[in-house]
Amino acid sequence: MTDASVSTLKGPSGPKPKRVFSSTNIIIYGTLLVVCLYYLLPLYVMIVTSLKGMPEIRMGNIFSPPVEVTYEPWVKAWAEACTGINCDGLSRGFWNSVWILVPSVFLSIAIASVNGYALANWKFKGSEVFFTILIFGAFIPYQVMIYPIVILLRESGDGITNIIRLFNSDASNFRLMGSVWGLVIVHTIFGMPILTLLFRNYFTSVPEELFKAARVDGAGFWGIYFQIMLPMSLPIFVVAMILQVTGIWNDFLFGVIYTKPDTYPMTVQLNNIVNSVQGVKEYNVNMAATLLTGLVPLVIYFASGKLFVRGIAAGAVKG
Amino acid sequence: MALIDAGRTGSGAKRPLRLFKNMTAKIAALPMIATALVVFVGCTLWTIYHSFTRSRLLPAPEKWVGLKNYDRLWGENRWLISIENLAIYGACSLVLSLVIGFVLAALLDRKIRFENTIRTIILYPFALSFVVTGLVWQWLLNPTLGLQNVVREWGWTTFTFDPLNNAAIVIFGILIAGVWQGSGFVMVLMLAGMRGIDEDVWKASRVEGIPAWKTYLFIVIPMMRPVFVTALVIISAGIIKVYDLVVAQTSGGPGIASQVPALYVIDKMFGSQNLGLGFAASTMMLLSVLVVLIPWAYLEFGGKKND
Repeated sequence: MTDASVSTLKGPSGPKPKRVFSSTNIIIYGTLLVVCLYYLLPLYVMIVTSLKGMPEIRMGNIFSPPVEVTYEPWVKAWAEACTGINCDGLSRGFWNSVWILVPSVFLSIAIASVNGYALANWKFKGSEVFFTILIFGAFIPYQVMIYPIVILLRESGDGITNIIRLFNSDASNFRLMGSVWGLVIVHTIFGMPILTLLFRNYFTSVPEELFKAARVDGAGFWGIYFQIMLPMSLPIFVVAMILQVTGIWNDFLFGVIYTKPDTYPMTVQLNNIVNSVQGVKEYNVNMAATLLTGLVPLVIYFASGKLFVRGIAAGAVKG
Repeated sequence: MALIDAGRTGSGAKRPLRLFKNMTAKIAALPMIATALVVFVGCTLWTIYHSFTRSRLLPAPEKWVGLKNYDRLWGENRWLISIENLAIYGACSLVLSLVIGFVLAALLDRKIRFENTIRTIILYPFALSFVVTGLVWQWLLNPTLGLQNVVREWGWTTFTFDPLNNAAIVIFGILIAGVWQGSGFVMVLMLAGMRGIDEDVWKASRVEGIPAWKTYLFIVIPMMRPVFVTALVIISAGIIKVYDLVVAQTSGGPGIASQVPALYVIDKMFGSQNLGLGFAASTMMLLSVLVVLIPWAYLEFGGKKND
């Protein structure tokens, strides 16, 4: 690419003059412009489609901006779109996702950070073995473990019901399978490998002297965790949160398997709305619904900037 | 090294009974131990064992049938199509993501302006779910209102690009969406790798008068081998899991033309209640992961010992 510019240089060489419009630069910026347009195209199409009325969509082309801007599709997607017999829109899926998200993120980060801390600072016999299994577990296709987990959730739900009945004989059935809590457990389990790796690597890099000094002062496992490690590692907690919020919000497979229609997360409900076979296809409502579902991770992505990149690179960088 | 020392001081402060040594840490790590043993090892073995049984609606551990499920699996057209699709999708998306990711990273590496903005734009699809990705591209590839229609309006009236309704090329329709979603991630990995390369390498190649593209091809790429390996492993693991994208974009259709193994497994387990076949199919998925994973682990951990 630079040989074109080098060959145009005449005479003896010195420090190369900076030229803004060299052919190399034109090629680089030109390519990047086209690439950016390609990546932005779907987002643009989603937005303009969701702001058009159906007649305009049927007549015009998908790239043209809306002649008459309407917010009707957004309202409809949020409050009226149908899945099966339910016509209360995506709002139900949104709140389901929120109720799944909050405990899942909290629990998975709490457990994984303690794991990482134990692995980094309190190694015990076999701890590395369990860690290795955990990391390899991240590569096992979910399909291999999905069914036995269904059984585990069902059985432990029954077990908990029995325990509750010891104290209160007419308590209703406690269910893990098909409930939000079952899904929370599943998210905690499958978030564990990457998060544990993230925290272990981070805690390993904390200066050893700090840890030793705290030990000398008589601080124990939890004391050091809460008073030294936790306050020192807030950035990594933010990275973990970004990773988990986007990951759990975007999950589809676990939502389909481990919840029931009235507790479906947003992604599952979105798919059911858009791909339902009955009725006339309302592309504008579909695109509004799609955008609504993508909004949460997009906002997090644009707001978090470099931290997002750090989160996704965490699994790739070996520590 | 620091990590091992820290561990020793942690556990070596007192020396009571072996099992109770470091007890709090062991209790605190119980969720991890349980996940590793019960879910990752236990559930996997459970599925592998049951793939040799005649399980239908319910798991039937007592009805051992040997390799019968595998026999049926490999005789079934739908599974063969799934495998073929996965192979095509996998090979293409691997090559495309690596090439696109590398080229984009190289362009961004040329000390350009607006680097952050451009990187943000290229990476944003990665924040979106596969469901959203699949649905957007389903709409873009809509034959009567989407891209095909636009190109025809521009004057090329015989232009045909309708992959989602054409069984022969439907997998490429999914591929476009998949690469759009994932290539930004590869670019970020590659860019991080390039930034890790010593500036002296570039100085040397400039002194020698080697053009930039040659430097990338013959010097930078060989130096970035670990990054390529990591990217390869991560992309492959993602490819084998591909599920939501297909469900959202085509639901496996038209007919069974865009079936993939992950979809097949879920259908057999929860749709057509043929658990045995589902277990066998998922075991095959696991096997294909191992084919990628074992050589990688060998390289990775073999290399670490030399450090």
